[in-house]
Amino acid sequence: MYDVIVVGGGHAGCEASNASSKMGMKTLLLTMNKNNIADMPCNPSIGGTAKGIIVREIDALGGLMGIVADKSHFQIKMLNNSKGPAVRSLRCQADKRVYPKVMLEYLESNNNLEIKEGLVEDLIVEDNKVKGIVLANGEKIFSKIVILTTGTYLKANVLVGSKSTPSGPHGEGRSNNLSDNLKKYGLDILRLKTGTPPRIEKDSIDFSCMSEELGDDIPLTFSHDIKPIYDINKQQKCYLLYTNDKTHEIIRKHLKESSMYGGYVTGVGPRYCPSIEDKVVRFSDKERHQLFLEPESIYYDEWYLQGFSTSMPIDVQEEMVHSLKGLEHAKITKYAYAIEYDAVSSLQIKPSLENKVIENLFTAGQINGTSGYEEAAAQGLMAGINASLKLQGKDALILLRSDAYIGVLIDDLVTKGVTDPYRMLTSRAEFRLLLRHDNADLRLREKGYEVGLISEEQYQRLLNKKAMIKKLLEDVKTQKLVITSDVKKCFEDINFEVPKKTMTYEELLKRPEITFKFLSNFHNFLYDEEILEQVEILLKYSGYINKAYKEADKLQKIEEKQIPDDIDYSKIKNLASEARQKLSEIRPRTIAQASRISGVNPVDISILAIYLKKEYNHE
Amino acid sequence: MEDTICAIASSLGVGAISIIRVSGKKALDIVSKIFKGTNLKEVKSHTIHYGFICDKDEVIDEVLVMVMRNPKTYTKEDIVEINAHGGINTTNKILELLLESGCRLAEPGEFTKRAFLNGRIDLTQAESVNDLINSTSSRARNLALNNLKGTLAKKIKSLRKEIVDILANIEVNIDYPEYDDVLVITEDILLPKLKDILNKINKMLNDSKNSKFIKEGINVAIVGRPNVGKSSILNKLLDEDKAIVTNIAGTTRDIVEGSINLNGFLINFIDTAGIRKTDDKVEKIGVNKSKKVIKDADIVIVVLNGHEKLTYDDEKILKSIPNHKKIIFINKSDLKLKINLPNKYILGNTYSEEGLDSLKQEIINKLNLENISKDMTYLSNVRQIDLLKKASKSLKDAIKGLEDGLPVDMVLIDVKSAYDNLGEITGDIYKDELLDTLFSNFCLGK
Repeated sequence: MYDVIVVGGGHAGCEASNASSKMGMKTLLLTMNKNNIADMPCNPSIGGTAKGIIVREIDALGGLMGIVADKSHFQIKMLNNSKGPAVRSLRCQADKRVYPKVMLEYLESNNNLEIKEGLVEDLIVEDNKVKGIVLANGEKIFSKIVILTTGTYLKANVLVGSKSTPSGPHGEGRSNNLSDNLKKYGLDILRLKTGTPPRIEKDSIDFSCMSEELGDDIPLTFSHDIKPIYDINKQQKCYLLYTNDKTHEIIRKHLKESSMYGGYVTGVGPRYCPSIEDKVVRFSDKERHQLFLEPESIYYDEWYLQGFSTSMPIDVQEEMVHSLKGLEHAKITKYAYAIEYDAVSSLQIKPSLENKVIENLFTAGQINGTSGYEEAAAQGLMAGINASLKLQGKDALILLRSDAYIGVLIDDLVTKGVTDPYRMLTSRAEFRLLLRHDNADLRLREKGYEVGLISEEQYQRLLNKKAMIKKLLEDVKTQKLVITSDVKKCFEDINFEVPKKTMTYEELLKRPEITFKFLSNFHNFLYDEEILEQVEILLKYSGYINKAYKEADKLQKIEEKQIPDDIDYSKIKNLASEARQKLSEIRPRTIAQASRISGVNPVDISILAIYLKKEYNHE
Repeated sequence: MEDTICAIASSLGVGAISIIRVSGKKALDIVSKIFKGTNLKEVKSHTIHYGFICDKDEVIDEVLVMVMRNPKTYTKEDIVEINAHGGINTTNKILELLLESGCRLAEPGEFTKRAFLNGRIDLTQAESVNDLINSTSSRARNLALNNLKGTLAKKIKSLRKEIVDILANIEVNIDYPEYDDVLVITEDILLPKLKDILNKINKMLNDSKNSKFIKEGINVAIVGRPNVGKSSILNKLLDEDKAIVTNIAGTTRDIVEGSINLNGFLINFIDTAGIRKTDDKVEKIGVNKSKKVIKDADIVIVVLNGHEKLTYDDEKILKSIPNHKKIIFINKSDLKLKINLPNKYILGNTYSEEGLDSLKQEIINKLNLENISKDMTYLSNVRQIDLLKKASKSLKDAIKGLEDGLPVDMVLIDVKSAYDNLGEITGDIYKDELLDTLFSNFCLGK
């Protein structure tokens, strides 16, 4: 008898099983193939806009993705570095061979965690409560909680042109019956689709006609706990190339042969990651589309052709790839394919990621309708934490939209539901100024410590960091820069406006152009780089940060306006029928959550608020 | 909102007919109970029927009943309107019968509230219904009608569209920093766009002053030293003896008001106590009041006595009023002119009424009333103007932020809040406190 069984060893499953075992739960991780644990079946990168911040948050809470990425990448860069601090985000090119290995080492170091191979085809459910799982060979394994992180493996079909093969990624098996069984227990099932581009043999690529994409030349890490361990000068290059008229012509000519346009796909594909045929059709006025070539691993000769995902038949893929400049003689080592799979309706999930229909069943990752390794890992972590908290008899850890991107992600899932695979974007976060790359630990580490995933030593480091920030804030408030002729010259040399009188460093730092780096000409601030960075951001953008906090407080106030669990929406007259149906289905916990449901209009919210005031004497 | 509600929809008092409106699920059931004539439950929608309103066997009135079935009605519910003969007694009796038969008396503004909640009209339209009912001049009526048609909402919505296009573009820049086929919105591109939107908003704010003129009328204060003839001028302008006229200085201690209709605008004239240094307590209150009136007035007519030299008090008054709202009227042109004034003025007297038409014309000129646009899609109340001011402030903040060198993604916060403020005007964004305060302003009936 286990406390927790995690079904699936992808990015969600790894984080879920790691969290629950670390929190003292006897955990079993079931995977079809141990070699595929933490596999990266699509792009060879971790992070990206918004996603990179999710990885930082996972790390702050005590998850693994950040540190494993740090130990396995061969290129890393800060995106949006030229923009404001709120939208900066890390992305690395993670080595597809190294990443799973490092992850497996971490998992195997957990005493409470057992890893077993097996294909799950059914759950053991009694009185709407899950009691364990049933393997394909009929073996039953019992547990208090089951976390499903099955990725794209539920009734998966791999599609290439008109050819459809029942199979998971990499020709792995699929779970044929689990989704049907879930349906039987009362879960709504939807069909989604995603795709991956072709891989190209390195030696067949002519890189000379492409532009290089390099890593940053300053050391960077996702993790808050380790110093960079890679050699900045030995980072691998990626390359930028473009489609052309010829490519587009081939695509248009063969459009009907693709799985998507030939009508062979029933699943809904991600809006934010369209196939190349989608791009050509939808943006027919564009003369070219950007593509990137990225190495999959320094141990492999395969390169990933980002931006070129397609479900065309293989002969057309050959033609398409060869039309690209530099790939005229390219050898395709793996053809692109689309994959469709079953997912559960995220509207049937609580903010803790526990299912509303079946108690003690948690789901995380692509099965909940998301796309992306980072989104999956984040949910896996939260499912693992909340499953353990539930077994410990404690309240679930629910992150707010103003706490973390992870909070935004889960709130969106359980409030809005998904129609196509959900990808995190910075624009989804209304408080992104508060949800920065640089303050993930300040926001979340304490929560990680409280649930038991952050060690005493890590926590002390956090407290120390906070104290240093406070101290530096006081220093710059009191210490002043006297404008001597030398100081004046320093300002004039780089065309900065010379201060008219003696100013505190705080006043100076509020000017957009003045940094600690510049001030080090006059004063030695003996602080770590991250402390200086934090204080600089806090001072420079204080006006906006305060505005964001105010907005977050306002939201918090309506977040506190609870909607009683027993509310009967059929009794509220005048609600639009779509609003009534959505509210009844989603059962939002607060007025604020209700107001975020699509199809529920401001007028419906007003009616609901008035009803609550009348019926429940709601203030 | 399950109740069926009723109210007298025409103004209460003596008129040829009065209209009683009933709205709600049971409107037809209830009216049928007290109506003798065609079976209303079987008639087509939007038809009129002749019959009698009866209290048991007693005939109360001979009426026409209009039946309008949902959803094509004002409230989107079933509506029955009873056209009865005018007169308070009959009308009230019918209302009583309806209440006895299961109707509830409509709260102030409840019909409009239902129209809004049932999604027939947006917030600006709901507000204009109230304005329409309370309109005091033909221009005010047109303004309210225009807004009821949704022209204000259209304007606000097009501003929001402009903003959201910019927001969307910048979000794409942030989420896809490496894609070069999307225009990157830099400060250089953003700044003029924001300034353009700000200008449009500020113009609307400016126009809203005109809307105040249209809705509430124009306040014209008449000031001057005691006994220069202010009250006589007022009486002549109003063509009635409203102010008390005596030859004892300081007689007028209260502010006396009267209104005329000038070119479709309501002009409120305000007589003030003469301004001078005084120790008389009652008069002192009047003098303080006068100062406030001057401050609140749209136009101030300074009356001077042409038969006397300019005094210290005169000069003080002239100085205290800004030129853009000052009109100088030199009274007593029938007597020998002793005053010497460099300023532009109008000369006249109240006996021959010389100069009074010029005075009216000058009011029109000064406020540029002839050029007030006829399309009239102005913001028409404090709530709307306040929100527009907030939007203007947010955009100003954004512009300042950009000019101070803050990154584009940072000032987006301000742009977004301007977008939200505009959404609140039309009710596209939910704000908790909105509805309660709003509907308490609505008048009964409509």
